[in-house]
Amino acid sequence: MLTLAGIRLLSVRKNSSETASVKTVRLGGELEAVPGQFVMVWVPGKDEFPMSVSYPGSNFGITYQVLGEGTRALAEMANGKKVGIRGPYGRGFSIKGRKLLMIGGGVGMAPIAPLVDIARAKRLSVDLVIGAKTSDDLLFERRATRAGAKVHISTDDGTKGFKGFASELATELLDSAGPDHVFACGPEKMIVKIVAAASRRKIPMQASLERHMKCGIGICDSCALDGVHVCKEGPVFPLEELRKFGDLGVTKLDPAGRRVPV
Amino acid sequence: MTDISVEVCGLRLRNPTMLASGVLDETARSMLAVAKSGAGAIVTKSIGIEPRSGHPNPSVVELEDGLLNAMGLPNPGIDLFSKEVKEARKGGVPIIGSVFGGTEEEIAELAGMMAEAGADAVELNLSCPHAKGYGAELGSSPERVETSCRLAKRACGVPVFAKLTPNTSYIAELAKAAERGGADAVVAINTLKGMAIDPEAGMPILGNRFGGLSGPAIKPVGIRCVYEIYESVEIPVIGVGGVTTGRDAVEYIMAGAQAVQLGTAVWIRGEKVFREVCREISQFMKENGYDSVKEMLGVAHSGRH
Ligand SMILES: Cc1cc2nc3c(=O)[nH]c(=O)nc-3n(C[C@H](O)[C@H](O)[C@H](O)COP(=O)(O)OP(=O)(O)OC[C@H]3O[C@@H](n4cnc5c(N)ncnc54)[C@H](O)[C@@H]3O)c2cc1C
Ligand SMILES: Cc1cc2nc3c(=O)[nH]c(=O)nc-3n(C[C@H](O)[C@H](O)[C@H](O)COP(=O)(O)O)c2cc1C
Repeated sequence: MLTLAGIRLLSVRKNSSETASVKTVRLGGELEAVPGQFVMVWVPGKDEFPMSVSYPGSNFGITYQVLGEGTRALAEMANGKKVGIRGPYGRGFSIKGRKLLMIGGGVGMAPIAPLVDIARAKRLSVDLVIGAKTSDDLLFERRATRAGAKVHISTDDGTKGFKGFASELATELLDSAGPDHVFACGPEKMIVKIVAAASRRKIPMQASLERHMKCGIGICDSCALDGVHVCKEGPVFPLEELRKFGDLGVTKLDPAGRRVPV
Repeated sequence: MTDISVEVCGLRLRNPTMLASGVLDETARSMLAVAKSGAGAIVTKSIGIEPRSGHPNPSVVELEDGLLNAMGLPNPGIDLFSKEVKEARKGGVPIIGSVFGGTEEEIAELAGMMAEAGADAVELNLSCPHAKGYGAELGSSPERVETSCRLAKRACGVPVFAKLTPNTSYIAELAKAAERGGADAVVAINTLKGMAIDPEAGMPILGNRFGGLSGPAIKPVGIRCVYEIYESVEIPVIGVGGVTTGRDAVEYIMAGAQAVQLGTAVWIRGEKVFREVCREISQFMKENGYDSVKEMLGVAHSGRH
């Protein structure tokens, strides 16, 4: 088990492409985490950043979008190279209900995929919306289908499945699939829309949020959202708490602590 | 009746615990949450003239007995932060605005702006061990500490606290310099300069390589510094460094601190630490026959060997 405080160096076992811009790195090591919990990933000499655990357990892994210097350096790491991990941190999803609707927008599928696995292992019904800009960017479709989820695809450009935003397809499913609990991770605008739709229908939900995180352990205030620390009290929040955030979908802090639009 | 309220430089505190600078204090809403959880006063993150993103991550290393941090003074700059100070004051506890700068003049200017923003007192961070050009160099020179305090006093009408570095052999000299400059109180200690290397990676962990050590590991150093300072100056001392329990707070008070600040303890025990430490202080006082915090102040100096 790797739940102690402090950085642990683990070796890259496999660093493979999921889509053109998203990769999964499996790190030879065991890390038990609840889906939605995250780790701080240290690429020695480069950067350290938060990543959800996409494969908990033995040979654990993270799934990441290659964006800037840190994730580019991670993408280039060959087998055997060392990556530092601390965590898991924060509050993950807690499985509730029997007929579940899950929504993973873009790389937001990273924590949703293991949640699908666990829900299906408990034989719960799972309707899953996988959303992406275009069909080439869809993440974990095969993994979720294999787990036995009913997969619904949405693409912004209509290259596969529903044409439009994942939140629109999810809203339709709130009525047609009759879920008793909703789980979401993805762009904040998507989450805001699903929060509104679930609230109107009084269907409980949980969503994972993102803020700039430096310490990851609830002391530096960089991830503050209305006085709540996303790294410690989140990143997963239930509907009652999501509805109270005045800054959700509106503003976030940049690395200097300035408020910028989401 | 045990009374744990204290008065420091005219500031009335419902209890002797303050939130230390740099922890959960970059936004008003977080400071309001800490006020609600029981802190007697709040020290803000150290604020400069311009916005600063701070050092690259990793910026903290978790150790068994504390933390090593190199946040690098991230802050939105005084203009934007003024709004947070105003908002934070609604929590009903004194807000102490912490400032840092590269020169004595800059520090004084910031002190004035903090006071204007509504801060009940100003804390001069003369002691950050890991932000180049700020704090450490200026803060380890008695002359520059004295000038900083003098100019800051001139620039603002609220109490001025000088927060000192333990990374010197002469902390009592720095305290005397602060007193000569007109500081109303000294705060000791900031973090101890330190470093961690990951053996497997073969390199320093912190993005800035060097950082500051805090938490239980540094408490004996903090206690010693407060004890020495108490014997050297007349102005009040505020104790910081590893306060995690009520007994730790009592230790600082007996060394000569009129109040204590908690930073790393928030990581160790959560935001509820303020209420719990206060309960533990009251409990100790009851068990040992103290009615007020003042009765415990500096007692370790009279009964010494
Ligand atoms: C709890 C949590 C879980 C996350 N899980 C995943 C995941 O599973 N997969 C994934 O691809 N991404 C995830 N992210 C986002 C991921 O942390 C950023 O994409 C990553 O840090 C980018 O780093 P970079 O150096 O490549 O890019 P940079 O060029 O440094 O930054 C690109 C963008 O990434 C964001 N970012 C950079 N550093 C941080 C940071 N320390 N904290 C938060 N955001 C940052 C900023 O919005 C920035 O504009 C998660 C974020 C959080 C807060
Ligand atoms: C994450 C972190 C950030 C800090 N930032 C500041 C700061 O901005 N200004 C300052 O004067 N001290 C800062 N400090 C130092 C603390 O205020 C305090 O002096 C030190 O941590 C010792 O107290 P503690 O053991 O209770 O944490 C910081 C400490 C930590 C752990």
